[in-house]
Amino acid sequence: MSAPLLDIRDLSIEAHKDGERLGIVERVSFSVATGEILGLVGESGSGKTVTCRALMRLLPTRSLRISGGKIEFAGRNLVTASEAEMRHIRGARIGMIFQNPASHLDPVMRIGRQIGESLVLHLQMSPREAKAQTIELLRQVGIPDPQRRADDFPHQFSGGMRQRAMIALALACSPELLIADEPTTALDVTVQAQILRLLVELRDKRGLSIILITHDLGVVAQTCDSVAVMYAGRICEKGPKRDVLAEPLHPYTSRLIACQPSASAEAGLLPSIPGQPPSPSAWPSGCRFHPRCERAIGLCRSSAPELVTVRSNHVAACHVTAPARLADEAA
Amino acid sequence: MDRFRFVLYRPLQLLPVLLGISIITFVLIRSIPGDPARLLLGTKSTPEAIARIRAQFGLDEPLWVQYLYFLKNLFNGEMGTSILYRIDVVRLIGERIGPTLSLVLGSVILAIAIAVPLATAAARNRGSLIDHTIRIISTAGLGFPAFWLGIMLIILFSVKFDMFPVSGYGDGFADRLHHMVLPCLTVALALSAVLTRNLRASMIAELSSDHATAARARGLPEGMVFWRHVLPNSLVPTINLLAVNIGWLIGGTVVVETVFSLPGMGQLLVRGIFTRDYMVVQGVAMAFACAAVLINFLADILTAAADPRVKI
Amino acid sequence: MKAGSISLAMPVRLPVPLILGLCIIGGAVILALFAPFIAPYDPILQDTTNTLKPPSRAHPFGTDNFGRDVFSRVIWGTRVDLQMGLIGVLFPFIIGNTIGAISGYVGGIVDTIFMRIVDIVLAFPFLVLMLAIIAILGPGIGSFYIAMALVGWVSYARLIRAQTLVLKHSDFVTAARSLGFSHGRIMFRHIVPNALVASIVFSMSDVVLVILSGAAVSYLGLGVQPPTAEWGIMIAEGQNFITTAWWITTFPGLAIVALAFGFSMMADGLGELLGVRE
Repeated sequence: MSAPLLDIRDLSIEAHKDGERLGIVERVSFSVATGEILGLVGESGSGKTVTCRALMRLLPTRSLRISGGKIEFAGRNLVTASEAEMRHIRGARIGMIFQNPASHLDPVMRIGRQIGESLVLHLQMSPREAKAQTIELLRQVGIPDPQRRADDFPHQFSGGMRQRAMIALALACSPELLIADEPTTALDVTVQAQILRLLVELRDKRGLSIILITHDLGVVAQTCDSVAVMYAGRICEKGPKRDVLAEPLHPYTSRLIACQPSASAEAGLLPSIPGQPPSPSAWPSGCRFHPRCERAIGLCRSSAPELVTVRSNHVAACHVTAPARLADEAA
Repeated sequence: MDRFRFVLYRPLQLLPVLLGISIITFVLIRSIPGDPARLLLGTKSTPEAIARIRAQFGLDEPLWVQYLYFLKNLFNGEMGTSILYRIDVVRLIGERIGPTLSLVLGSVILAIAIAVPLATAAARNRGSLIDHTIRIISTAGLGFPAFWLGIMLIILFSVKFDMFPVSGYGDGFADRLHHMVLPCLTVALALSAVLTRNLRASMIAELSSDHATAARARGLPEGMVFWRHVLPNSLVPTINLLAVNIGWLIGGTVVVETVFSLPGMGQLLVRGIFTRDYMVVQGVAMAFACAAVLINFLADILTAAADPRVKI
Repeated sequence: MKAGSISLAMPVRLPVPLILGLCIIGGAVILALFAPFIAPYDPILQDTTNTLKPPSRAHPFGTDNFGRDVFSRVIWGTRVDLQMGLIGVLFPFIIGNTIGAISGYVGGIVDTIFMRIVDIVLAFPFLVLMLAIIAILGPGIGSFYIAMALVGWVSYARLIRAQTLVLKHSDFVTAARSLGFSHGRIMFRHIVPNALVASIVFSMSDVVLVILSGAAVSYLGLGVQPPTAEWGIMIAEGQNFITTAWWITTFPGLAIVALAFGFSMMADGLGELLGVRE
């Protein structure tokens, strides 16, 4: 097997506040192959967005920093890359789209010029070439009448169109990897489906790799090849989508699946996970999920479970379920 | 463009304000105790002149009719005659508008030229020594009396280094420019204190905005993020701030014209007050108020041009 | 502007600008109150043998063209200028807040009329309207206070009206009304105290404007009259001697800058403490 496009190993991120150091993300590892769509799932505050900001090296430097691990992208460690190197990677080789396209587009610059800006910067296009390419990009992401819409300002676009423009912007320089941070959360359900379909289509046509950050397992089921579940700054389970969704190992994943509206629609009420997600200043000891876990045993309080490979590529960190499943598999 | 349709109907909305300005000016001048005809004509008035002014301003009629006379005269471009200069007030203002206009324009340009680099340096190095220094200086600058600042500049640049003339307006373009440097700098320094504080705040907000983050995620170097995305967005509220401060700015020019003996409208107003030349006081006050209204209108157009989201 | 509330249970850490501002203003108050004991000379005593002397040990700020001690005059000036700033703010504050609160609470035609007046007064450049009023009343400090009151109230009226409109529809006012409280009680017990926070913070930065205007009006010869020791007048009188005696104009100006800085800091700090942003 060839090396994956992106390989994150033991990435840790710290916050410092008033002289205190807090571990926001701890020893997170995952990899993305060329043409793979990885779903990064978790509640807000679980560290999924921070992880992706870190791999773009866009953490706010005064408060957050990478404290360990490596981020290997196409054979290069981004943790130690210089700022100048990173500038040639951001936008050109890794693109990023965000949850709220309205605020992530410059309100006083025309859409076309924002896209052209990247083309001129990274691909040294002339303004005329950039303009033609911009229109082509807008057409590819499904914006009708791109010639005219390129001269519009972001506020003149609808929410879905804005997200399409944002995707065009992120894909302008044909990056190998696209990070999509909750790209559909702020959109209507129908528009949501269109955007997801567009992402899959782009993967199929261009061989693009995508990290799709979401808290919605329905989105994962529709689009992803594999999935990594984060809880309280750690990865608690990851594996091929089918395995994880069909046979979740970690109790947290099971609860997430149970909380999906579609699964519980017949029951008439939406179950939720009892308790609150913890905050970095008060991580629970041992397994961080134990205060909310029905299956917790004494060991969960005192020691943090390691990720255990249960089946090919399917790993989970749980003292209770993982060993049980391992025994099953062996039998 | 639809967004600019307000340019057509806004002047109509401004009419009530302009009328209000004329009422206030009218009431002010009429509340001076004594015979208005004598006040308007000064002490050396002949009976014929008094009779003429009574007829022109309807001084024997009730007050509201007098106001209508006043309005009628206004529409005919007649604001009375200056006692001191013995010429028509409208013409007098026309002669004095040049220095005031160049003072206002010059100081706004200069103030922006001072404030943008300072705010940039402070915002991009937030929390550093530079930032704290600029913050303290601009806060202190809020309390600098323009007239004193002018005199200090004269002591420094005119008396000590003999670089610029002490006062006056000069003849010919180059000479005038030379004469205007210190007055403009005086007003600009006072104005740039407010501008710097506000520009710094909006730049800091824009620097951590989502669209700036997105621009960084596209690989734009920090400098490009700043000049292309942060600065244009933070200038929008600054245009508004300038418009809000235009009244203050005009007040500043009145004082600074006195400091530098510039023959502008401000000096005309102050002299008018001392010599009880009420026609002049009335005319200048009204001209200033109308100018402020007009400038606010222009600022609206400018804001709409700078920010495509603005609908007025 | 948004008004927040401070929790009294928590020990409040005073912002640095507030402490600095309080120190400067406190210093000015002491100078003003005890001017006769602090100032080494009589501020209006002329000494023709000792004119235009540069700063020295006997006269730290030098002497003016009448041989008066500039240092003593600056100290006595604190009295006049501080008083000018405080009284100059007091009347606009009372008038503006009253009109604004009533206008916002009553609404309807009353509100429309008051707000049109506010628009028109705001259309005039501040100092120009003030000078025009002083022109009619005649020069003097009394005229300055009246002009200030007539022109300055509009900012407060606007500010408190906006706050009142927000509070009028807030839950606790609805609750108070459903309990049958009278309009007067609701307004003065519930709305005004909450709305006033922003006005108080604004009044601190307004003091700066008033002091500068008062000094400017006096500099133009239309406010406080000579021989009173007032900073604006001192600057005006010193302007004739800038080629020979820089100290006559420099020190009173620095005094204005220092006092204004104190109030600006106070405004910043108070805004930070009370969660009010301009």
